[in-house]
Amino acid sequence: MKETLRPAISLFLGLTIITGAVYPLITTGIGKTLFPSQVAGSLVKQGDVVVGSTLIGQSFTHAKYFWGRPSATGPYPNNAAASSGSNLGPLNPALTETIKGRIAELKQVDPDNTLPIPVDLVTASASGLDPEISPAAANYQVNRVAKARGLQADQVIELVQKNTQARQLGVLGEARVNVLALNMALDASITKEAK
Amino acid sequence: MNANMLIQYGLYFAVILLLIKPMGVFIASVMEGNTPLLNKIGGPVERLLYKLGGVNAKVEMDWKAYAIALLVFNTLGILVLFLLQRLQLSLPLNPQQFSNVSVDSSLDTAVSFITNTNWQGYAGESTMSYFTQMVGLTVQNFLSAATGIAVVIAMIRGFARHSAKTIGNFWVDLTRSTLYILLPFSLLFAVIFMSQGVIQNFSSYQNVITLETTSYQQPKLDNTGNPLKDAKGDAVLENLTTKTQTLAMGPVASQEAIKMLGTNGGGFFNANSAHPYENPTPLTNFLQMVLIFLIPAGFCYAFGMMVGDTRQGWAVFAAMGLIFIVMATVLVSAEQAGNPAFTAASLNSAGVDQTSSALQAGGNMEGKETRFGIVASSLFATITTAASCGAVNAMHDSLTPIGGLVSLWLIQLGEVVFGGVGSGLYTMLIYAILAVFVSGLMIGRTPEYLGKKIEIFEMKMSSIIILVTPILVLIGTAIAVMVEPGKAGIANPGAHGFSEVLYAVSSAANNNGSAFAGISANTPFYNYLLAIAMWFGRFGIIIPVLAIAGALAAKKRIQPGLGTLPTHGPLFVILLIGVVILVGALTYVPALALGPIVEHLMMLAK
Repeated sequence: MKETLRPAISLFLGLTIITGAVYPLITTGIGKTLFPSQVAGSLVKQGDVVVGSTLIGQSFTHAKYFWGRPSATGPYPNNAAASSGSNLGPLNPALTETIKGRIAELKQVDPDNTLPIPVDLVTASASGLDPEISPAAANYQVNRVAKARGLQADQVIELVQKNTQARQLGVLGEARVNVLALNMALDASITKEAK
Repeated sequence: MNANMLIQYGLYFAVILLLIKPMGVFIASVMEGNTPLLNKIGGPVERLLYKLGGVNAKVEMDWKAYAIALLVFNTLGILVLFLLQRLQLSLPLNPQQFSNVSVDSSLDTAVSFITNTNWQGYAGESTMSYFTQMVGLTVQNFLSAATGIAVVIAMIRGFARHSAKTIGNFWVDLTRSTLYILLPFSLLFAVIFMSQGVIQNFSSYQNVITLETTSYQQPKLDNTGNPLKDAKGDAVLENLTTKTQTLAMGPVASQEAIKMLGTNGGGFFNANSAHPYENPTPLTNFLQMVLIFLIPAGFCYAFGMMVGDTRQGWAVFAAMGLIFIVMATVLVSAEQAGNPAFTAASLNSAGVDQTSSALQAGGNMEGKETRFGIVASSLFATITTAASCGAVNAMHDSLTPIGGLVSLWLIQLGEVVFGGVGSGLYTMLIYAILAVFVSGLMIGRTPEYLGKKIEIFEMKMSSIIILVTPILVLIGTAIAVMVEPGKAGIANPGAHGFSEVLYAVSSAANNNGSAFAGISANTPFYNYLLAIAMWFGRFGIIIPVLAIAGALAAKKRIQPGLGTLPTHGPLFVILLIGVVILVGALTYVPALALGPIVEHLMMLAK
């Protein structure tokens, strides 16, 4: 037994130090040097105040803001300290009810909109923190946001396009619009006009 | 199949095909010690480790000594990981002051990470300190993968050698695979991940002031922390608002890379690879998928090389690849077709649009991320369950019934469609032994594989291996759906609730680790049940595999005769696929009929 225990214990300790301390610390060092903003969480500021992360979705309910993906985190949506999906099964009546509720909310702030509702606007994301919506989901909201802000639809469409990313490298994933960045751009454009 | 689907799937297959040979050559060279450059760089560290352990790298072990070394090492791992969780409040790097983890959850997680399952009953960002994640969980991401590599290398040596008493030195195989295969790739990919936005820091959680105030309701608690009830017995809700968002932080990138490369799959955060800090862009997503198959696919080629006939490796690869392509196609088609319940929800108002276009992914987007859409989520779901990875970038509980069925069945096939690092190939080789045995019965000759006669001992051990997981899965599920604490964990009503339990036990016993995550599994009942399933599902297979390796190594090599079934051609590939499907189908179809199949029929009725 002794001839097994000694190598087991020493290799376990040795490999723990290498893979559990040296490796993560080297990674941290490289990250801090090469990608300081990414490794700290891609935080964004409005003036001097940190208002969020470009990678983490926030809740928006006002008509003047674009809304993001519904979030199923608890106790409040987009809780970035407790990521989670809804885990509702496809035929769970609770899922159907929730979606009905989301459709009603969208209708309430935008009663005249007769466009079909893009599916990502009424279904919860996997992480509960999805920072993005599909371009279709953004287009659906353009008229509402423009009206609430007293802007021309064209001005809003322009901002949507500025904040749209195509498929990465032209092929990977899906095209998408960053909701926080778009809403910050909207707020900024108003400040500019006021000046 | 639309163009987007074809391009993204085609690109993935092409990259894997290109990487198999270089990766296989690299693996074989490392394990045979033929890497002068790496030996030069890592040699001092490697030799120091052997010196500390009193290991003579030149002395090999027979299969029993190899198995004992492996078991002792892994038991030590369980013990240390258990203690780290139990003591984390007294250890450093715990900025959120997370309390010590409960006994049952610590044990479940310890067994889970040692067995390369990485089933998670806990939510990472609200349970584990940075120290536990890094020194406990990250370490086992490496060591459990290295253990898998050691076992499959020992088995390949069993085929490659003849009239030999030994199958290698466990300490050397463990050390070399960790230092030379797992570590360099992990570092490389951790750096790429960071460039894309995966975080890597030791800050406490960041509070940020959000643009809008969020209003929400939650149950009001009394002084003792229990929810208050009104006269009717309903929970009293209080209205609250928040203007801050707390961003969970941590050393994520270093864990993320080995989580995928080692087919571990245990997320730093609860949402796993769906979390934008773990998997921020479509590119990181693509690379994560490549990492999952990199070693298991490369091992097919390494196997062929080491037994002296690369065609043998390609045949095994072909069998895995064909099953994979069919499954991947079925899964993505089901998800893209969407959910009729969404359409039903929108009656009497404007419809929910589920069609795919250049402007949206469409389809069943519940539990999926916008940046991945349907295609990259479905491909990931197929890969993670085909390999025993278990990381998820979409919530499997919300997959369509057919999507869920494919994931579940790929797990139940025994994780042989590429499978886990090491474990995928050694289990597939057991199926290959079974396939030559079946064909031997058909023509009435003693079966042989790679010049080795397959005799009673090998067949006994193979039978144990084939039977261990179905016994664990079917009995475990039966117990869980009969007893109260088992039923209490079910989240969704009807057939889907049964699927949640079946998926949980299948995932544990086959060391996958993904979940229909609605199930509340962080209870003493599930923690103990699943820990047992994971331990026996891992070591109940590894020990007989090593026994077979030892028996094969001792055999003489015989020259192929007229009655020998060639095991490198299309006929054998079809035979192998047939055996895998037959065993999987016969064992699990009755259980599947009660879960996803009946659910699919109910969906059709909508």
